[in-house]
Amino acid sequence: MIEIAATGPLNTIQDLGRPGYRNVGVTGCGAMDPLALTIGNILVGNAPEAAGIEVQTFPFRLRFSERSAFAVTGADCRAKLDGVDLPPWWAAEAEAGQVLELFPPLKDARTYFSLAGGVDVAPVMGSRSTSLRGGFGGLDGRVLAAGDRLETGAATPLFLPKDGYGVVPPSIALKDVFSSADGGALVIRALPAGEHDLFGADAERFWTQPWKISARSDRTGYRLSGDPIHPIETVEMRSHGVVPGVVQVPPAGEPIVQMSDANTAGGYPKIAGVIEADLWRLGQARIGSLLRFVPATHGEAKAVEKALAAYVEDVRRTARLVAGALAAFA
Amino acid sequence: MSVLQTAAFPSPSAVVPDTDGLAKISAIGTRAFLVEAPGAFDLPNQRRIWALSHALEARGEIAEIVPGMTNLLVILKETPDGPEGITHLLQEEWRRAQGVDLAGREIEIAVTYGGEHASDLPALCDLSGLSDREVVRIHHEGTYRVFALGSAPGFGYLHGLDPRIHMPRKTVPSLNMVRGCVTIGGMQTGVAVLTGPNGWNSIGFAELQMFDPLAAAPAVMAPGDTVRFRPERIEL
Repeated sequence: MIEIAATGPLNTIQDLGRPGYRNVGVTGCGAMDPLALTIGNILVGNAPEAAGIEVQTFPFRLRFSERSAFAVTGADCRAKLDGVDLPPWWAAEAEAGQVLELFPPLKDARTYFSLAGGVDVAPVMGSRSTSLRGGFGGLDGRVLAAGDRLETGAATPLFLPKDGYGVVPPSIALKDVFSSADGGALVIRALPAGEHDLFGADAERFWTQPWKISARSDRTGYRLSGDPIHPIETVEMRSHGVVPGVVQVPPAGEPIVQMSDANTAGGYPKIAGVIEADLWRLGQARIGSLLRFVPATHGEAKAVEKALAAYVEDVRRTARLVAGALAAFA
Repeated sequence: MSVLQTAAFPSPSAVVPDTDGLAKISAIGTRAFLVEAPGAFDLPNQRRIWALSHALEARGEIAEIVPGMTNLLVILKETPDGPEGITHLLQEEWRRAQGVDLAGREIEIAVTYGGEHASDLPALCDLSGLSDREVVRIHHEGTYRVFALGSAPGFGYLHGLDPRIHMPRKTVPSLNMVRGCVTIGGMQTGVAVLTGPNGWNSIGFAELQMFDPLAAAPAVMAPGDTVRFRPERIEL
């Protein structure tokens, strides 16, 4: 068990989400950076579907009630275990009574805490992810609060190096695949969507100008600021299903990118759809930062997915080797 | 003789399904494809969408099918190498899809028309030139079909609203509309399932809980259901 000692608002239990219920209006939810959560789970020997804590407001502090392996991945939040620095993207073992502290990251937005066995709350519709809008999943469908005690699922026995071990973060390991534009804007690949051509010359500007992530951005979606873009004619859209990554343009002309807690349906003209393999980077983008969309194809998206999958597989294989070697010594 | 006999049979074109136009198919990101029916926002078109949905259900490469309003979002399990194959398949299935009528349930919803939650009833009267009594009567005398669920857990988009009480969505949504508000959005009507921002226009209130996340079938409504509103109270 772990106990939340201090937390900012809007920190929640998340797993990889609740797909399959969009047809009854239920949002997928899930980690904004599923890659970081996936790596955290691998490092502590969990199945991919195990739930962790998504920390997006800091400082965050928790106490271990029992000995447990844990991992901290995603945004580098200068984690400390009982005052001792932990490297980013690191797994270690905590003793009962030890306190883990996460501080505001200097870059990136969200940190993931995973622990061996996963956070054990009752799955709702196949997922432990918190749906804040629906008021279910996670811990009673709400954000975490100081004093919350969270049960741990059954952990597989795990042998960790004495001081823990870590991985090369994907932003470094995959820097050739996920590059930044000149001026530091995040480069986000997207496919043109249904109403792209309706924007005429403004469609060109959508791709060329940098967009700033406005303060009115959260797990539901990112509102972007920049020179507004408008369709050449107004179309009355019929409501249709959407997925995270869809870039819609409301009448005011500033795009919205739907994220993990996205509404399941939409009716604004959509100019583009972010490729799935870039969504984790968007999930780590901070309010006030710049991004630029670049057009991609399905083939290019697939190549990025392959590179990501190879990285995850490499971490999985290495973690297994490390655990196996240590088990042999033990 | 033989010519007359042949002419007595229907020509093959008469039994080909109505293919008045190609569906519009577009990508949303890498794995999702939106199929939009050409033509009117009406029940025959929605029936073809239901048929398309049914035809695609058994396909192994599809992860999720999300019916919308005369459209269907298809989410694949894997990113395809290109859009051509899936687009061709969806277009073929659309061409083949003949309207099916879903054997839905009949749902009756007790409504308090007017009163504190009917915040947009006066505006609808202004827009339509009808009295509040007439608006309420037209709304509760209608028979509605659930076209699709979406937007919020268990929310059913209802088709069949009398054109006299169509009312455009608000440009500035109400910030805190309560769950249960009976609302009109354009040519659709529905019952709000969550308290929160809402761009539809409220004319009444219903107690019925539309969604239970812990139930085997979490949503009360399903596409194809018939919905009637019973005026339990009218507070004007």
